[in-house]
Amino acid sequence: MTAFDWTYTGLLILVAFAAIMGSVAYLTFAERKISAWVQDRVGPNRVGPWGLLQVAADGLKFFFKEDIIPKHVDRLFYFLAPGVGVATALLAFSIVPFGPTAPAPGPVAVTADRPVEAADAEYTSHLKEYQETRAFAIAPGLDIGILFAFAIGSLVVYGIILGGWSSNSKYSLLGSLRSSAQIISYEIPLGMSVLGVVLVVGSLNLETIQAFQRTHGWFILYQPLAFLLFMISVYAECNRLPFDLPEAEQELVGGFHTEYGSMKLGLMLMVDYIHMITTSFFMAILFFGGTHFPGLDNIEGTAGLVVKFLVLGAKVFFFLMLYMLVRWTIPRFKFDQLMGLAWQVLIPLAIVNLVCVMAVLEFKLSPWILTATSVITFFAAAVIATRDKAVAPQVA
Amino acid sequence: MAGAANSVKWVAEPKVGLFERMYLPAIAEGLATTVRHIFKPQVKTEGYPEQEPDLPPNYRGVHRLNRDEQGRVRCVACYMCATACPAHCIDIVAAPAPAEWKDREKYPETFVIDELRCIYCGMCEEACPVDAIELTTLYDLTGLSREQMIFDKEKLLSVWDQTTKAGTDPVRTRAGHYGPAAELPK
Repeated sequence: MTAFDWTYTGLLILVAFAAIMGSVAYLTFAERKISAWVQDRVGPNRVGPWGLLQVAADGLKFFFKEDIIPKHVDRLFYFLAPGVGVATALLAFSIVPFGPTAPAPGPVAVTADRPVEAADAEYTSHLKEYQETRAFAIAPGLDIGILFAFAIGSLVVYGIILGGWSSNSKYSLLGSLRSSAQIISYEIPLGMSVLGVVLVVGSLNLETIQAFQRTHGWFILYQPLAFLLFMISVYAECNRLPFDLPEAEQELVGGFHTEYGSMKLGLMLMVDYIHMITTSFFMAILFFGGTHFPGLDNIEGTAGLVVKFLVLGAKVFFFLMLYMLVRWTIPRFKFDQLMGLAWQVLIPLAIVNLVCVMAVLEFKLSPWILTATSVITFFAAAVIATRDKAVAPQVA
Repeated sequence: MAGAANSVKWVAEPKVGLFERMYLPAIAEGLATTVRHIFKPQVKTEGYPEQEPDLPPNYRGVHRLNRDEQGRVRCVACYMCATACPAHCIDIVAAPAPAEWKDREKYPETFVIDELRCIYCGMCEEACPVDAIELTTLYDLTGLSREQMIFDKEKLLSVWDQTTKAGTDPVRTRAGHYGPAAELPK
């Protein structure tokens, strides 16, 4: 990364913001099209070729609809909620490296066979390389990257709670209550599943984690269980099916956004999609090597840059599509099942996974042992779940 | 109540084994189904304005008044359709047939069907002894006012002209022959 530059960062923010908003718009379109195809329908096909301009029509509709404010709402928080939601969701994206980056130089230890001068020279060469590489992240080199993203990202729940509470309606309140319980529960397995990765790399910096996987292989190979836990938690964090209880259109009208209309509703709906994009980046970077792809990693110059963008983009696209497919595959959980899954399954599994990672690190074992422990833990959980099944009362 | 006890059938809950408890195989199976539908969509939707619907020949759409070989209205103003009509949407005023029409006594001076009242049951078609009234496959019936939707004799005859020319609705029954009720007593 070169020194901080207002114009470059401003430009980056502009590009990233436009890209996110464009993707959000087309994600809604993709969502509708994929829903249609899965259900053997045609989907939106009237506006523009193949319905591609449907997005513009939807956006205009949101802006031109009458802005209704119900009399019984708490006006301050009612207006604040969508803003809080979108702002925090967008802020979480700021640390995500959406293109090729170089890791910030870590500390270099001074040992017997590496005197101070050699260590200093090594550090300087790292620093030079780092400063000469253009970083495609709004806030590159943030050492508490993941922590920041999770801290900010979970603030999204404030948008939902404020919206639900200030609406002064039972549906909204129920939706936001469910949401707060759900997001707080799933924060724990979310954080714990990433801890394994963080322990192995020794850094919370996303660029460092990405660079680590270039040399050591993708984390999905070593910690498949952590990825599974992360993905499930992230689905819950994004309020996506099968965990979309806060919205639950069929039971709660619209959940926390029942009383919202026009662009305020648009912002509320945008939050989920922004979150989906950010978390897809996280899944791609934390567990699937980010911009790295075997055989495509050593291309130099602009071509290499483009290839890296495309590789990361393809991975993110895959996870976004997975979000939509899962939506039409699994039915919604009941609330007790939702809580049961978080506290009785995900959190214990995350702890076991974490202990395995610590043991492997402590005894300097091969990382492949982690793969084995992941699989074993998974099967053990399935066996335990089969054994302690409650017997249904039998009536003769 | 021994019978009641026997009539209740208790079904055992299906056993959930290790394979099902892992959930992931089942989810993968579900995802495969979902993906299959995306790449092989079995869309049955008809794109209506561009694509005309494929209607069965006995579709009950707009009425028409049939003409005979000489182009005269075939109706003999017997009021059987108006009597059979459950919606009372047919209004006929009969008049003595012109002198040169040797085969009948009466003909309809006016023949009005309120297409908005009609329930398209087809009973008029069934009741008609001379196959003068038929329902066609014209389905996209629209109008700008209630008055426009009241079809008089000329309009109903024009539906005949239109549908027989287009060939969409051939004459359905006993073409070219009057029914027994139309035959004058010798």
